[in-house]
Amino acid sequence: MTFVAKPKAHHPRLPLNEIGLTRRDYEGSVSTLCAGCGHDSVSAAIVQACAELSIPPHRFAKVSGIGCSSKTPSYFLNKSHGFNSVHGRMPSVITGANLANRDLHCIGVSGDGDSASIGMGQFAHIVRRRINMLYIVDNNGTYGLTKGQFSATSDKGSTSKKGAPNLYEPIDLASMALQIGASFVARSFSGDKSQLVPLLKAALHHKGMAFIDVVSPCVAFNNHDGSTKSYEYIRKYGQNVVNADFIAEHEEITADYQPGTVEDINMPDGTILRMYKLDENYDPHDRVGALNYVQRRKEQGEIVTGLLYVDPDAIDCHDILRTVAQPLNEMGELELCPGNSALASINESYR
Amino acid sequence: MQPTDIQNPSYFHKVVDCQWACPAHTPVPEYIRLIAQERYSEAYMLNWDSNVFPGILGRTCDRPCEPACRRVRTEETPVAICRLKRVAADNKGDISRFMPRVPQQKNGKRIALLGAGPASLAVARDLLPLGYEVHVYDKDAKGGGMMRSQIPAFRLPVGVLDEEVDRILDMGVVTHFGEEITSMKAMLDQEYDAYFIGTGAPRGRELELPGREQVADQIHIGIDWLASVAFEHIDKIEGKVIVMGGGNTAMDCCRTSLRLGAESVTVVVRSAFEVMKASEWEKEDAMREGIPIINNRPPKEFVHENGKLKGVLFGCVKPVEEDGRLKYVPTGEPDVFIEADHILMAIGQDNHCPWIERDLGLQFDKWDCPVLDDVTLQSTHPKVFFGGDSAFGPENIIQASAHAHQAAISIHLLCQHKDLKKDRPPQGVNLLSTKMGMHEWAYDSEHDPSVRNIVPLVEQKAALANVKVEVELGFDTLLGAQEAQRCLNCDVQTVFSEKLCIECDACVDICPMDCITFVGNAEEPKLRLKLTAPAETTDQDLYVSTDLLTGRVMVKDEDVCLHCGLCAERCPTNAWDMQRSVVHIPQLGSFAE
Ligand SMILES: Cc1cc2nc3c(=O)[nH]c(=O)nc-3n(C[C@H](O)[C@H](O)[C@H](O)COP(=O)(O)OP(=O)(O)OC[C@H]3O[C@@H](n4cnc5c(N)ncnc54)[C@H](O)[C@@H]3O)c2cc1C
Ligand SMILES: Cc1ncc(C[n+]2csc(CCOP(=O)(O)OP(=O)(O)O)c2C)c(N)n1
Ligand code: SF4
Ligand code: SF4
Ligand code: SF4
Ligand SMILES: [Mg+2]
Repeated sequence: MTFVAKPKAHHPRLPLNEIGLTRRDYEGSVSTLCAGCGHDSVSAAIVQACAELSIPPHRFAKVSGIGCSSKTPSYFLNKSHGFNSVHGRMPSVITGANLANRDLHCIGVSGDGDSASIGMGQFAHIVRRRINMLYIVDNNGTYGLTKGQFSATSDKGSTSKKGAPNLYEPIDLASMALQIGASFVARSFSGDKSQLVPLLKAALHHKGMAFIDVVSPCVAFNNHDGSTKSYEYIRKYGQNVVNADFIAEHEEITADYQPGTVEDINMPDGTILRMYKLDENYDPHDRVGALNYVQRRKEQGEIVTGLLYVDPDAIDCHDILRTVAQPLNEMGELELCPGNSALASINESYR
Repeated sequence: MQPTDIQNPSYFHKVVDCQWACPAHTPVPEYIRLIAQERYSEAYMLNWDSNVFPGILGRTCDRPCEPACRRVRTEETPVAICRLKRVAADNKGDISRFMPRVPQQKNGKRIALLGAGPASLAVARDLLPLGYEVHVYDKDAKGGGMMRSQIPAFRLPVGVLDEEVDRILDMGVVTHFGEEITSMKAMLDQEYDAYFIGTGAPRGRELELPGREQVADQIHIGIDWLASVAFEHIDKIEGKVIVMGGGNTAMDCCRTSLRLGAESVTVVVRSAFEVMKASEWEKEDAMREGIPIINNRPPKEFVHENGKLKGVLFGCVKPVEEDGRLKYVPTGEPDVFIEADHILMAIGQDNHCPWIERDLGLQFDKWDCPVLDDVTLQSTHPKVFFGGDSAFGPENIIQASAHAHQAAISIHLLCQHKDLKKDRPPQGVNLLSTKMGMHEWAYDSEHDPSVRNIVPLVEQKAALANVKVEVELGFDTLLGAQEAQRCLNCDVQTVFSEKLCIECDACVDICPMDCITFVGNAEEPKLRLKLTAPAETTDQDLYVSTDLLTGRVMVKDEDVCLHCGLCAERCPTNAWDMQRSVVHIPQLGSFAE
């Protein structure tokens, strides 16, 4: 970790976004994570994505649980709303935030321990409920904060730093998310911002549950030779299927030379989600196909990354519950709590 | 791009913008750190070693280092490098213990230095510790050259000048002062082992306009007039004064006139304000004293009546840009007449050595400058070297010191019958890690965002009353310490080891200035555009690694790096290290050797 705060000084030609802010305006406090921790790169990617989207920082709510990963909301978006909850309970808190103010951009950051062990139940149910949010798991295959125990996403047979093998089958959170109702599912790598940043931008624009599993190496406890979540391993076995590119409403579509076939999806909010399919046979609109593909490749020792699945017309929790369009936090007490007689008449209607 | 060769002494030297820009390559950040540690004597000696006149230069240097300072690029105002030099000089203690020892037993070689300006004095300083018998000739009674005869005492107190001139003379120079040299042939006949000509560029330019002859005694050549003031032959100037010219001499002339009792002083320049030769700060100093500067007015005629000067008639022009060059065209306005009782002409100086016979094998070019090798400063006569203003035309003190070091090396090689080029000692670079612990560096790495401190001045009325009152009070130790903190320590280099890098991006993410990018290699112009922050300052180098595991390279744009060390703090594998680069600039008699 660093004790010296990042100086306010910045590059003299640092670009301004549409609302006159620089990327630096989206940063947070100085990180106390280990130097080289993948989680810091994920934070940097979030900073970049949010700045590029030109969303005012105070329109974000960032919520987390417990873990090194869950500490990271302190290190981005200083000027946003935030809540560092208890272990595995980010989903309940963010559900509350989103219900109270549906206009907020909700970012939940969790770890593989936080989501796949103690928070497994909360994870499964917030995905089912399709809360309109970006759910990020900084997945390092270990409990970093408590010094390197295997987590539920560690691969069977991968070893601890001291060489002991993991005896249990891993949970694949991306596959679970696919299965239980996430309408945007991706996997990426902290060390590849060119892939991660566009995914984050697209996910933030997606309406519904957007889940991104980010392989984010723990340099302190899980970056050794027997690890399957090390920088070297993911670089070697990561297999990109669909690159995403996010194109804002009025942005000019410039020709670029990414490989693969291109598919544009017009998003309901006027933006375009451009996809470069690197594998002809892959269909990111086919939920079951995606699940199979990820599992097959996994059998062959590969880690599929990129945009795995998207349903651009998905509904979210507010659609399901048919809540009013106006955020609840903007209403007065009388509207929210119309009193005993109103309650009595509602009860009456059910008799 | 090819991977950067950091063993090339120029690579990191260039990153130290100030030191690179300094003709004498003064190790600026190092002396600023010494000031921050209140080690003024050491800071002084480090300066003395490379630029020879820290007290003088701390007040008068042309400071090419300051516009080069990295802080100009990161936040506009440079570190007050020059005035920090003065802090070292003003606060130093007894430095005799640091002085190089001059052997009693001479080495048998006699060297003649002609002229006792900064160039010759610096050659003397370099040669004396090696046992040379050094003879210095000057027509004036004291050493110092134009530092004494030209630079007014309100900018450079005589005490400061005497101290630094005498320090060299006291090393054992044989002085021949008060002797004008009238024949180079006669000098050569004395059979010195080598000659160094440091007689300056002593001739002020004339302006031949109608009326010039008729009122000759009211028209003065600026540098001659300043010399007369310095030597106290002149102590007043009456009536209205026009100073013609836009260089530093003009600024000294006008400010001196004001102090010698002129009723009014006006500077009139033929060209535009922006292109005046005077440094920004010299113009500011003059204007602060209430002296108007009138631009775009070329003189046409000295107007006189009954043998008495009335004033000057000026034309009106305006600058227009043509093919990127400024051209002046008449505006059509009527000519302007400005009243004057005295004219000080400060429109330039020329080299002039009428005493060098032209049949000695010493060639001169069409501008009357000697034909020289620009590395060795040797003339077409093997035993004769030039330096300072006499070499390439009027420059400044720091250039004179820089020439002197090169000439001294050449003279030494010549006396040892060595080749002046092949046997020249090479430059080198040492890299020393500044890592002291987990997060501890041997330098103050934290970035200080404060703005440049302003040098306090003496109260203006007192300043204008006496030509000898120094205008600037200089920084006191507190302000000096504050200003020293602004230095970015550009000599503490970011050194990258590709073997250690795991490409985790930590350095990229933490760098406040977006200096670092991991990217596929390309030719330089393309690569510059591919970086996170496009590297548009093309005279600043890119530091490029060899191929990394992913096939990419690490590219660092040196341009606006704060040398804050955060990349090295954040790197999990120590692939980045902050290493102090010590550039080794060969120099005779250097106490650093
Ligand atoms: C008005 C003015 C202000 C200046 N201000 C600054 C300033 O603020 N900062 C700065 O860096 N530079 C300044 N300069 C320039 C600086 O003074 C010169 O560049 C520098 O002094 C050159 O050094 P030098 O050793 O080459 O020659 P000089 O300093 O010119 O010394 C030459 C010496 O040779 C002697 N000499 C010449 N011919 C003979 C002869 N035939 N016989 C015997 N002796 C002879 C002269 O008497 C003189 O002492 C200024 C110049 C002028 C004119
Ligand atoms: C209720 C509760 N149980 C256990 C812990 C101890 N604990 C702290 S962090 C952590 C695991 C964190 O792992 P992960 O979410 O993967 O985060 P990482 O540090 O790896 O980023 C555990 C078990 C706790 N803080 N609270
Ligand atoms: S312990 Fe691991 S996860 Fe936690 S900060 Fe350090 S490197 Fe990151
Ligand atoms: S020292 Fe490192 S972190 Fe600091 S500005 Fe330079 S490259 Fe960036
Ligand atoms: S922090 Fe170190 S290991 Fe990580 S990318 Fe930078 S140089 Fe490489
Ligand atoms: Mg973890």
